[in-house]
Amino acid sequence: MELFQEVILRTGFLALTWGQLVMWAVGFTLIYLAIRKGFEPLLLLPIGFGILLANIPLTPLMTPGSGLIWRFYHYGLEWEVIPPLIFLGLGAMTDFGPMIANPKTLLLGAAAQVGVYFTFFLALLLKFTVPQAAVIGIIGGADGPTTIYLASKLAPEMMGVCAVAAYSYMAMVPLIQPPVMKLLTTEAERKIVMKSLRPVSKLEKIFFPVVALFVICLIVPDAAPLMAMFMMGNLFRESGVVARLSNAAQNELMNIVTIFLGVSVGATMPAATVLQPKVIFVFILGCAAFMLATATGVLFAKFMNLFLKEKINPLIGAAGVSAVPMAARVVAKLGSEANRKNYLLMHAMGPNVAGVIGTAVAAGMFISVLAK
Amino acid sequence: MVNLESPLSGKILEINMEVGQQVNEDDEVIIIEALKMENPVYCPATGVVKEIKVRIGDQVNEGDILAVIE
Repeated sequence: MELFQEVILRTGFLALTWGQLVMWAVGFTLIYLAIRKGFEPLLLLPIGFGILLANIPLTPLMTPGSGLIWRFYHYGLEWEVIPPLIFLGLGAMTDFGPMIANPKTLLLGAAAQVGVYFTFFLALLLKFTVPQAAVIGIIGGADGPTTIYLASKLAPEMMGVCAVAAYSYMAMVPLIQPPVMKLLTTEAERKIVMKSLRPVSKLEKIFFPVVALFVICLIVPDAAPLMAMFMMGNLFRESGVVARLSNAAQNELMNIVTIFLGVSVGATMPAATVLQPKVIFVFILGCAAFMLATATGVLFAKFMNLFLKEKINPLIGAAGVSAVPMAARVVAKLGSEANRKNYLLMHAMGPNVAGVIGTAVAAGMFISVLAK
Repeated sequence: MVNLESPLSGKILEINMEVGQQVNEDDEVIIIEALKMENPVYCPATGVVKEIKVRIGDQVNEGDILAVIE
């Protein structure tokens, strides 16, 4: 009889809490959204599964020092290995051509980051700590790996929630951005057709990642881990001589680290950490950050038009957030709705890739000021 | 004679006209795929298709001549 009792007590049933059941529901919802609705499935599926794993009572998966998923988390995220490896792949996927052809768009990628800093101050007003506010602000850049990287440096307890917020809003780019973009532009502005992009030579494309790396790292040394990998990946791509490395970074390596990233991020969300009233503000502020970043991008494009002889279409300012290429697609869609012979896709890719750099630089600035 | 120029770089996904066919201005004659997005290309003039210079799957750059309308 005692033995029987012992066995019962060792099962998870009695240790199960209400919070864990709620987190099961959250995990299952993410898995459902990934499978049925196709919302960022490559990330939300492993994250959702990770949430389930973190909320099964008495399992040794997240035990510090020995748990299996804890090891993924510790060596992958705490050691800051995985986000830079993702940036290596992103660099190999990125074509800087449209940005090199029209360097003004670099400013738009920077302008959208103003939304990040706005939200940082908003979060401070809502009594988040300074490092937490920085991580919430960076959600506005709509860049998953950068958000995770910054959280691992400044506020690990926020990592899971902020990552889910960032990836959810990336999936919702086509819903969140258009109302802001339409509100801030007139029909006539949306109709502006931009002149064709000049062809960019191979030499320019090879020099760009190397020069950009030096410039960025000299200005913001703390952006180096992300930027170093990003620009190396881009050099792999543009050099044309290491197609195998470029492909490996974009495909195999990217896929492998995505598995460990997703499940580890999900596993940082045990019920006790996540189910706090403050978390709801993270989602609200994250959404505000993203809308503000969209708005500052569009407004800055309008500001630039005051000085430019060749007007730019202010919609492309909205692509200054780093959701590549979702934001550029949204710009192209709104542009063609206003004028169906308006092709903004490639013009929007300039600010879009600049936005990736911008968000990583903004994260680097937060780290240099706030990290102990 | 009017040239139909590619408005952006991408891959030819669909060609909805044949040589000798009557086409109208603003017809959706070609679809170019770029960044997984379908971009319709509209006919610049009313007339007869004289020549189609691309095939499905071709990679084109902005400004490339796709077809000639007479």
